[in-house]
Amino acid sequence: MNPVQAVGRSTLGMARTAGAVALFAGRGVAAALTPPLFLGQLWRQLAQIGYFSLPVVGLTAVFTGAALALNIYTGGGRFNAEQIMPQIVALGITRELGPVLAALMLAGRVSAAIAAEIGAMRATEQIDALRTLSTDPFRYLVAPRLAAAVIVLPLLTVVADIIGIAGGWSVAVASLNFNGALYVKNTWDFLQSWDVVSGLIKSAVFGFIVALMGCYHGYNATGGARGVGRATTHAVVSAAILIFASDYLLTSVFSHK
Amino acid sequence: MTGPMGTGAGPKLELRGVKKRFGGKVVLDGVDIAVERGRSLVIIGGSGQGKSVTLKIAIGLMRPDAGKVLVDGRDVTRLGGAARRALATQFGMLFQGAALFDSLSVWENVAFRLVNADRVKRPEARARAVAALGRVGLGPEVADLYPGELSGGMQKRVGLARAVAAEPAILFFDEPTTGLDPINADMINDLIVEQVQRLGCTAVSITHDMVSARKIGDEIAMLHNGQIVWRGPTAEIDDSGNPYVDQFIHGRATGPITGGA
Ligand SMILES: Nc1ncnc2c1ncn2[C@@H]1O[C@H](COP(=O)(O)OP(=O)(O)OP(=O)(O)O)[C@@H](O)[C@H]1O
Ligand SMILES: [Mg+2]
Repeated sequence: MNPVQAVGRSTLGMARTAGAVALFAGRGVAAALTPPLFLGQLWRQLAQIGYFSLPVVGLTAVFTGAALALNIYTGGGRFNAEQIMPQIVALGITRELGPVLAALMLAGRVSAAIAAEIGAMRATEQIDALRTLSTDPFRYLVAPRLAAAVIVLPLLTVVADIIGIAGGWSVAVASLNFNGALYVKNTWDFLQSWDVVSGLIKSAVFGFIVALMGCYHGYNATGGARGVGRATTHAVVSAAILIFASDYLLTSVFSHK
Repeated sequence: MTGPMGTGAGPKLELRGVKKRFGGKVVLDGVDIAVERGRSLVIIGGSGQGKSVTLKIAIGLMRPDAGKVLVDGRDVTRLGGAARRALATQFGMLFQGAALFDSLSVWENVAFRLVNADRVKRPEARARAVAALGRVGLGPEVADLYPGELSGGMQKRVGLARAVAAEPAILFFDEPTTGLDPINADMINDLIVEQVQRLGCTAVSITHDMVSARKIGDEIAMLHNGQIVWRGPTAEIDDSGNPYVDQFIHGRATGPITGGA
């Protein structure tokens, strides 16, 4: 195959995949917005996706906030701007790192778990069984996961924002001789609600991506256990890439505001 | 909803000229078969001949490339959405691997359609599930176990209980005895015959287990090379005069059927 053909073929392949994913997403959203809804499943997923992700998200945020504070303090010192470190940390966490890191943790934990679970259900004909029992798998499996991730990731991001800023605060107070109360006041006075809100909008989109990639790859898994393994990997990788790409897109849209 | 006996004359379920291919590979090449109301049809055939695909098309899990599926004389080939879900209330299926939902307990599996599609209250659904389990020889102590805690034979029974719980008009069985020891296989055969008679429903099974085919089928059809090559009453299978059938039921390596899938 010559290079032009190869490029053409992979472009076509990508276009086909994008179309299939868009169709899948459309069906999932339609199922989430129209009855019958499976609220029991939604609760279950909220717990699975949200509650059990708190520890990893919290840990990631606290260390990142602390490291970010140190870096900015050191860097800022080069032009005597150490004192605005709290503001920069707050901005970095709320606008960028809180949403992205929480989303990446969820991509690793939740996309993979969703793809594995739905992929195994596909391999063992449980998805076919759902349909023979008059239950639409998009309503029973896909919609609750999409909805739960969209609801939960912004909440996790709020937690990540708070813990991340607290991480920066701890380092500042413990080893950089900042005044704790002043640090909080500076952060609070500086932050605008849009800094936080724009991050939360991003994280809702990321939540959708995380659940969508898990569901899509799991649902389309073929070839038994190996297929499930492949689906899991693809779900995590594609979720991560889409998170970064949409992060840039959304940020550039927001920055025109 | 249509009762188990349905309405009107004519076959309960019919496939007409059904074709299906995957990529370049033709699997079904014009399958014509009809099942009369209240009869039990068994489709036999070698591995990879498209028995499972035939069943999936009949029950609506797959769409044929050409041809029609009729239920009570109505063309249901292209039904989707709510109409498909409504039609599916007439169907029950026992999957080859039982396909129990492993995140749900046994009774929640059996009552799945009642709880999730018919919105029956859980205490009532549970009572009906326990009754259905009783009919397949499982006691109430099994109700709160999870599928992973059951043996293969018990999983099949739970799958059967789930398939019959909502009193379907057509029951489908995909290799009901595969993977079971002869005694458990025979118990499953007996239970299938018993349930089909109790419900008075139409049954379509696929198998390559001839003992099972003879026991649960009123009629047997043989699928080979994408078409039905023979069909007749179970009693006549030994005198079919069809070389494919003869080779298959005697399990001979030599004959018109040559290796392959
Ligand atoms: N979803 C699918 N995609 C691609 N090929 C498929 C698919 N389903 C079935 N096939 C192919 O169709 C052929 C018939 O498969 P089918 O499962 O119906 O065989 P079978 O008669 O049930 O065999 P067995 O007795 O081994 O279960 C096989 O070659 C299989 O590879
Ligand atoms: Mg099969």
